[in-house]
Amino acid sequence: MSRAGSGSLPRYILQRILLVIPMIWVILTVVFVLLRVAPGDPVSAALGSKLNAQALQQRREALGFNRPLIAQYWDYLSSVAHLDFGTTFRDNQPVLRVVRDNGGATLTLTAAAFVIALVVGIPLGLLAGRYRDSAPDVVIRLFGIVSYAAPVFFVGFLLQLYVAERLGLPTSGDASPITVFEVKPKTHILLLDALLSGNGTAIQDVLKHLVLPATTLGLLICGIFIRLVRVNMLQTMQADYVEAAEARGIARGKVTWRHGFRNALVPVITVVGLQFALLLGGAVLTEPTFNWPGIGYKLVFYINNRDYGAVQGIITIFALAVVLISVLIDIVNALIDPRVRF
Amino acid sequence: MRGTPRALLKPFTETTGLARWMLVAGVLLTAVFVVFAVFAPWIAPYGFAQASSGGTPFPKLGHPSSQHWFGTDRLFFDVYSRVIWGARTALKVVVLSIVLCVLLGVPLGLASGYYGGWFDRFVVLVMDAMYAFPSFLLAIVFSFLLTNVYGGSVVAVSLSLTAVYIPQYFRVVRNTTLSAKEATYVEAARAIGASDGVIMRRYLLQNVIQSVPVLGTLNAADAILTLAGLGFLGLGIQSTDAAEWGHDLNRALADAGSGVWWTGLYPGLAIVLLVTGLTLVGEGLNETLNPTLRRRRLLPVVMPPRNVSTPAEEEQG
Repeated sequence: MSRAGSGSLPRYILQRILLVIPMIWVILTVVFVLLRVAPGDPVSAALGSKLNAQALQQRREALGFNRPLIAQYWDYLSSVAHLDFGTTFRDNQPVLRVVRDNGGATLTLTAAAFVIALVVGIPLGLLAGRYRDSAPDVVIRLFGIVSYAAPVFFVGFLLQLYVAERLGLPTSGDASPITVFEVKPKTHILLLDALLSGNGTAIQDVLKHLVLPATTLGLLICGIFIRLVRVNMLQTMQADYVEAAEARGIARGKVTWRHGFRNALVPVITVVGLQFALLLGGAVLTEPTFNWPGIGYKLVFYINNRDYGAVQGIITIFALAVVLISVLIDIVNALIDPRVRF
Repeated sequence: MRGTPRALLKPFTETTGLARWMLVAGVLLTAVFVVFAVFAPWIAPYGFAQASSGGTPFPKLGHPSSQHWFGTDRLFFDVYSRVIWGARTALKVVVLSIVLCVLLGVPLGLASGYYGGWFDRFVVLVMDAMYAFPSFLLAIVFSFLLTNVYGGSVVAVSLSLTAVYIPQYFRVVRNTTLSAKEATYVEAARAIGASDGVIMRRYLLQNVIQSVPVLGTLNAADAILTLAGLGFLGLGIQSTDAAEWGHDLNRALADAGSGVWWTGLYPGLAIVLLVTGLTLVGEGLNETLNPTLRRRRLLPVVMPPRNVSTPAEEEQG
């Protein structure tokens, strides 16, 4: 991307933002083509067993499915531009409301998983990279590979089977009914609501529910952190400036810390952004495993009900979120690392 | 003739220590599952959807026993047989999707990189959009549609996986083509009158295809996980059509509460072992082929004079 040849930061940011627009357009088109042009009638697929022919026809007309495709395409694009992501067929709810009501749970889960992954993954990756080919390296790498190789629903299964009962941790939902009843909803994020209410038992209950799902999802991301940090560390330790520092007689430990670790962590910021997509995918699998009432859980519910409206809306929002976050990460990266701008 | 086996053995002969052990362990693990897949009818004692043998019905959720080594599940199926047959399903899906990726992605990347222009820009835009899409969600969307049309078949799932991985093949091939087509030997070929097709097939393909095997093994590992994930969500292959580990785990989840461990443990372990094996192969190959990581065996360390840089180094930098 050196075409512009200019290294100024505002220009880079502007360029990056302008590039997003065609990207979003293409993604929206892909979603539309996949879900609307596909053969089969979405309305009867979702509701065929519940409504009679006349009612089905009414729903089809209300949703605009009887109009030409190009008009439907235009409707879709313009409604997304107005942040209207359609309604679900099954329970006739705005998709945005579904996402708002369940987004808090997904956010809590992914954030907690992310923290676990960072806290466990980065030190292990640095350690493995620093002591390449030694016993810790072998063990850590194997752990990294296995934690990535184990599907979240298998880890969830094992935790439910062997850990949950021993530690007295719940395996289903994000809180017990009594907590949901006691805590007043304010922010759509149950953990925040519980903290705001200052109810000790409620906070404890919510945190207890969070432990197993967050660990499951965290382990998935953790393996990737280990691998990436390790490889970065290896490459950094082979860099000329590390050699130069060693040649100047700087203590080994200091070289590792000042020249190795710090520089090995720079690419991790990019990777953190890229992992967001993986985290979402992982959440879609983790949530049904633990009946965690997030967007992923809802998505699976709508998929099983063949609800095109809901699937299209939720997928659109997910895709937009991922693209916007990748732009954000690029901009942060450019702020930190001047080389990116060129 | 002697060049090919040697080139194939290169990852083994040129690595040392840990990288070599990882490669060997990975190849062995993968080989075990390939054997399971190929010889499933002879290894598995029962069919994957067989609920009785010789007139005697299998027990429901039966403990592991001498008749059923890994027990039976809630559909009366033999877990051991389903684990073995599952390897066949996994191999079928992964091979089919990677073959499709290579067959479609490599020529597309070659043509796109070689011709450039609006065609290149359009394909890059579409591929980038697909790549930017969260991969598992893309797989969900594709299999959601394809299972509507084709039902949950091996082909439908393979196509979904192809859609997920093809942008990677396209990108790698296109980018290597972009740099390779500027090389002097390509210019020479053009000077002696070689046509575009000949240049692409005879001169560029050999150079751009180098990174495909590593990509293939790493994608295979990921594809197994995606397949299992789709199966877990009920979007993959149905239990009676074929044995699929992810779908079996979905049914096993309900058993975890009642302390039934055998229905989930074995299919789960199968996924972990196969994915670990494939990842080890991919990482092992990466450490051998990636010049920034590899450590070669028996090669004396010769430091080049630091002030003189070779042309090859300049190109990489």
